[in-house]
Amino acid sequence: MSIALLLEQLLNGLQLGVMLFLMAAGLTLIFGVMGLINLAHGSLYMVGAFACAAVAAATGSFWIGLAASLVAAAAAGAIIEVTVIRRLYDRDHLDQVLATFALILIFSEGTRWMFGSFPLYLDIPPLLQGAVPLPGGGQYQLYRLAIIGVGVVVALGLYVLISRTRLGMRIRAGESDREMIAALGVDIRTLYTVVFALGAALAGLAGALVGALQSVQVGMGEPALILAFVVIVIGGIGSIKGALFGAVLVGVVDTMGRFLLPKVLALMIPAAQAGPIGAALASMLIYIVMALILAFRPSGLFATQS
Amino acid sequence: MTNAPLMTRETVINTLLALLLLAIPLGASAMGEPFYITLATRIAILALAAVGLNIALGLGGLVSFGHAAFFGLGGYAAGILATHAFDGVPLFAGIPGTASMPIIWLVAVVVCGLIALPIGAISLRTTGVYFIMITLAFAQMIYYFAVSWPAYGGEDGLSIYVRNEFPGVNTAQPLSYFLICYVVLMAALGLFWLLRGSRFGAALQAARQNATRLAAVGIAPFNVRLVAFAVSAMVTGLAGALFADLNKFVSPSMLSWHMSGELIVLIILGGKGRLFGPVAGAMLYVLIEYALGGITERWQFFLGLILLGVVLFARGGLLGLLAGKARHG
Repeated sequence: MSIALLLEQLLNGLQLGVMLFLMAAGLTLIFGVMGLINLAHGSLYMVGAFACAAVAAATGSFWIGLAASLVAAAAAGAIIEVTVIRRLYDRDHLDQVLATFALILIFSEGTRWMFGSFPLYLDIPPLLQGAVPLPGGGQYQLYRLAIIGVGVVVALGLYVLISRTRLGMRIRAGESDREMIAALGVDIRTLYTVVFALGAALAGLAGALVGALQSVQVGMGEPALILAFVVIVIGGIGSIKGALFGAVLVGVVDTMGRFLLPKVLALMIPAAQAGPIGAALASMLIYIVMALILAFRPSGLFATQS
Repeated sequence: MTNAPLMTRETVINTLLALLLLAIPLGASAMGEPFYITLATRIAILALAAVGLNIALGLGGLVSFGHAAFFGLGGYAAGILATHAFDGVPLFAGIPGTASMPIIWLVAVVVCGLIALPIGAISLRTTGVYFIMITLAFAQMIYYFAVSWPAYGGEDGLSIYVRNEFPGVNTAQPLSYFLICYVVLMAALGLFWLLRGSRFGAALQAARQNATRLAAVGIAPFNVRLVAFAVSAMVTGLAGALFADLNKFVSPSMLSWHMSGELIVLIILGGKGRLFGPVAGAMLYVLIEYALGGITERWQFFLGLILLGVVLFARGGLLGLLAGKARHG
């Protein structure tokens, strides 16, 4: 096991973490501001990926596809907010879970209806093809580095948006006291739609970026959604800082666990058993980490009091 | 409650539902349509799983989004024991497998109870959305374990070649197997009814309505909820063992989060916290699935629309429509 290989896996973990952050930031924002648990967030991720793949195939340009994914996911988000989600804000979490579960069925089957059951493929744009050398002699895919870069930019952008702009001020006010901000004359319904569409656009961006690394298919959003849940539970629901920390933690722990656990076990037990046991344990690792964190900090690491 | 009529409207409807569920397979058997017997068995088993969840969700207000874990564990208990019995290979330490349903059920129930205790103990430290997500995460953990553990089929699942045996009954015959499942379902409904009326049930419902008051009278809400969570998991696990025998097949899909969602859907369709809510819900769900599945390949799309309609506009579920509002708040 060389240093280059280890570094490569670490970067893979970081890239997964960044993707999870894009998902988790929207989820946690929507929960923090509107108090809504949105299972259909994974469907918005899928919408982004399909929009990017379809538009890129039609126009031949990944970049137009990427823009289309943002627009499509934000539009889909705004539409479901206005038609369905808006009615759920004062319902209990059970109703929210069920209604958004129903939305998943509608989105998944609807997408299968429009695009068929076969996966679509999305190529990495020519500008980002190729690899860059790593210290220690390895090579690393430029595209994955670019995803990490996008994550850093989005994290900075969100920070500036929330802490420095008027919209961000309203979002923070909505988090702490929604009656008061409505009384001050802010159109809270529009604010909610904007926040939901913003979260949706981030999910769509994540879907489009990942779409070039794996096939674009129905159901792709669900594993990402569940990992994003783990992320925001670890980080503390409602906290963007927690989402960033949790996402990187989950991404790195998951990737390194899959890489290292079989090797570590092979030192203790015969290699033929170490492989499957290590793989099985690695797939459970992040959930074990989550359980441990919640056992000591039941409302996550960066919990905002509510 | 001194002037309560002998039979409330809800009791009448419950009796009718129980009789209807019994009448479908009997009629189907008389007409030589075994497919409908299987459909009714599916309803009975899904209803049983949902009766289990209804203890935690309906009575205790604990929205577990991970009950597929117990459904699947029960299924794997049946599958693994049956496989070892079929191959004649001991399970471990010389303990043989078995094809006897009562023993399999016992193992499924005990395993689910033992696994539900630590999961519940950690999850119940949290409330609200955290509880929903952490139960989901634990179920996913078991799901991924089943997918990546190759010994019992991994992702491909595990076949049960011959349906397990029940003393004195030919389980291979569809109607006999339905009757076994029906009796178990009725027993579980009896358990739910006893539990709801007991001191324990009163404490559990009080924990849902106002945990602080319950603590003030000297009962720890945590303990009550933990026991309810474990009992709930055990009933759902039993349903899993029956489901595995119905399909003669177990796979990780029984553990998937879609299954957890479906179980919640069954309860909400029927009526949350009501005795026959899960039965009404399972009948409606399987009926929708069968009727829509006959018309269009895209039946899940319309199922989603129906569900959305129920959540937004018919909050009491089917029993709420038929029997009026629930008496218990």
